[in-house]
Amino acid sequence: MGFETLMGDEAIALGALHAGLSAAFAYPGTPSTEIMEYFQENLGHNGGITAEWCANEKTAYESALGASYAGRRVMVSMKHVGLNVAADPFVNSALVKIKGGLVLVVADDPGMHSSQDEQDSRWYAEFARVPCFEPSDQQEAYDMTRKAFEVSEAYSCPVLVRITTRLAHSRAVVELGSQLPQNAVGKAPDRWGWTLMPHSARGLWKDLLGKYERLRAEAEAAANIEAGSAEFGVITTGLAREYYLENLPEMAEKPTWLHIGRYPMPYGKIRELCGRVKRVLVIEEGYPLVERYLRGILDQRIAIEGKETGAIPLTGELSPDNIRPALGLAARKGQACRDLALPKRPPQLCQGCPHADSFGFLKEALAEYPTHSVNSDIGCYTLGAMPPYDAIETVVEMGASVGMARGAAAAGLKPAVAVVGDSTFYHSGLTNLIDAVSHKTPMTLLVLDNETTGMTGAQPTILPGQRLKDIAVACGVDPAHVHIVNAHKKDHAQNVEIMKRELAYEGVSVVIAVRACLEAAKKARKA
Amino acid sequence: MKYDIILCGVGGQGGISVSVVIAQAAMAEGLAVKQSEVHGMAQRGGEVLAHLRLSDGPIASPTIPEGTARLILAFEPLEALRYLPWLAQDASVIAAAAPVRNIPNYPELESVLAELRALPNSLILDADAIAKEAGNARAANMVLVGAASKLLPVRTESLEKAIAETFARKGEAVVAANLKAFEYGRKANP
Repeated sequence: MGFETLMGDEAIALGALHAGLSAAFAYPGTPSTEIMEYFQENLGHNGGITAEWCANEKTAYESALGASYAGRRVMVSMKHVGLNVAADPFVNSALVKIKGGLVLVVADDPGMHSSQDEQDSRWYAEFARVPCFEPSDQQEAYDMTRKAFEVSEAYSCPVLVRITTRLAHSRAVVELGSQLPQNAVGKAPDRWGWTLMPHSARGLWKDLLGKYERLRAEAEAAANIEAGSAEFGVITTGLAREYYLENLPEMAEKPTWLHIGRYPMPYGKIRELCGRVKRVLVIEEGYPLVERYLRGILDQRIAIEGKETGAIPLTGELSPDNIRPALGLAARKGQACRDLALPKRPPQLCQGCPHADSFGFLKEALAEYPTHSVNSDIGCYTLGAMPPYDAIETVVEMGASVGMARGAAAAGLKPAVAVVGDSTFYHSGLTNLIDAVSHKTPMTLLVLDNETTGMTGAQPTILPGQRLKDIAVACGVDPAHVHIVNAHKKDHAQNVEIMKRELAYEGVSVVIAVRACLEAAKKARKA
Repeated sequence: MKYDIILCGVGGQGGISVSVVIAQAAMAEGLAVKQSEVHGMAQRGGEVLAHLRLSDGPIASPTIPEGTARLILAFEPLEALRYLPWLAQDASVIAAAAPVRNIPNYPELESVLAELRALPNSLILDADAIAKEAGNARAANMVLVGAASKLLPVRTESLEKAIAETFARKGEAVVAANLKAFEYGRKANP
């Protein structure tokens, strides 16, 4: 079927298309965004599929569940923190009798290149008893995605494919397989396999635990031990294999080596490896999952090294360099500046970004208040935390700005402002606005409506910004306290006045600052 | 044969095309390629880094180990210095001379250029001016590819073919301008 040069994200998307995919759902989030973008750019590949951005990861996952129930193969993709939002459907979907193969791709971001934490999705898979594939390169990303659909249908369970930033955003040549046909539409035959009431869920939970052990047997068969030293053993998982292999040629004696590419964890193979050596090093990207299972809390017969012992850094991402000390290899030395200290170059808002003008009028309106609360959110405007803006005080997770401003107001901070982008507001700010209206919380919601999801490369917002006013009013915000303003310097004085008035108002007010994202405009011109 | 390249600049400088051209030329000559990019937040005016690895055998790590890169190809002079720890002792730096001063504490340009000149093998190019001279100010990135072409383990014809393919979508005039910029870049590295 030929070869193609693909990013990890693209290899997964093409693997899914070739596995007979019918539908895909996602919310944008680095480093997972390019999976859906690939589907949307290559819709013709497989006789037409549904490929849709959704309001958030939870709604995307639920759409995927419906497609599986209808008998079709479906993929849902998100970044690691998106799975927190989709945790409810994810964990419960492990119990239902999946019909069309359902593959969840989660792209973790160790090192937090573009994220607020570096949580490891393999723990979610363990927790939910969902089988997990962890590809180590682009070829495996393609092959394992295909395999994941097979497993999902054979075991009637969802399958998680876990990748990390480096694999998602690096390219290599991939050998492609054949095109499988899509499933015909055909509803799941047994509604009790999809109805989680206590009496039915109890049985399905027992079924799942049984399935999980049968899946472990498959993972055992897939894991491979390569013979080597009787002293030193190495366990790698996923991408860590590539960093290990990069350094292996320099090692005087080859370790005995076990590589794990799928979970449930192959307990038998791990015991076999540890039986052959006196000391074992675990190299895994993310949190120390395998390492912690190995060590447990009791004394062990052999020495176990890894992230928890400091042999490998516990935080950040792996590199070919930071695993060298654990392998007994000296650091490599490159070149250096003579004496110039290099200043960092942090990311910043684009020249002329509308958010900068919004921060301008917000700060001026707030200037007369000695205390205030400005809670913000995830998006380009998060950069408003940095100088020269210093305009926002909190960023926690998607939608938190609205809820936090409400809580801060209820606790007595005044004035309380939530600063949130249009896409993040639709994602999970809306339900917080409902709380605020219901309790008549004195707060101001400032929606920065740039008509796009900017940070991830300008994907369309799920609903047009023009609906925001009607939505606020429909929720119960007094129309006299809903304003649409132009996020532009020339309207600065007027915007300051409106903002001041609403900060003083003892109820819920909404200011929608509108101007299109410059990047989105540039992208539209190129298209 | 292994040839690792660090491509670096400031988010928004559009270095992806450089990586694509070199990778395509290498693959056309039967070399294995791995290429690693930065997407997301850093693209907003921050430090942007790509790793490009060429080899006649299998390539493991998607990123280049420290002290082993053969070439730093920089779209901005300060960014060229940032990745020196990745550069092998006898390897080269090719950097565009024009600074992107989007931070308040950007050092004296002369001290940045002095650091570059003090390296064992470095070439500082006014890529913008050379591109303009070649007829298209927007083709500065291909000037850098041209200057690098004398060091890269791929033939000039393969690079030219890759340039033609990469820009084909944008029409013949753009292809010609980029080929000319490449040619001028070659001449600028004697």
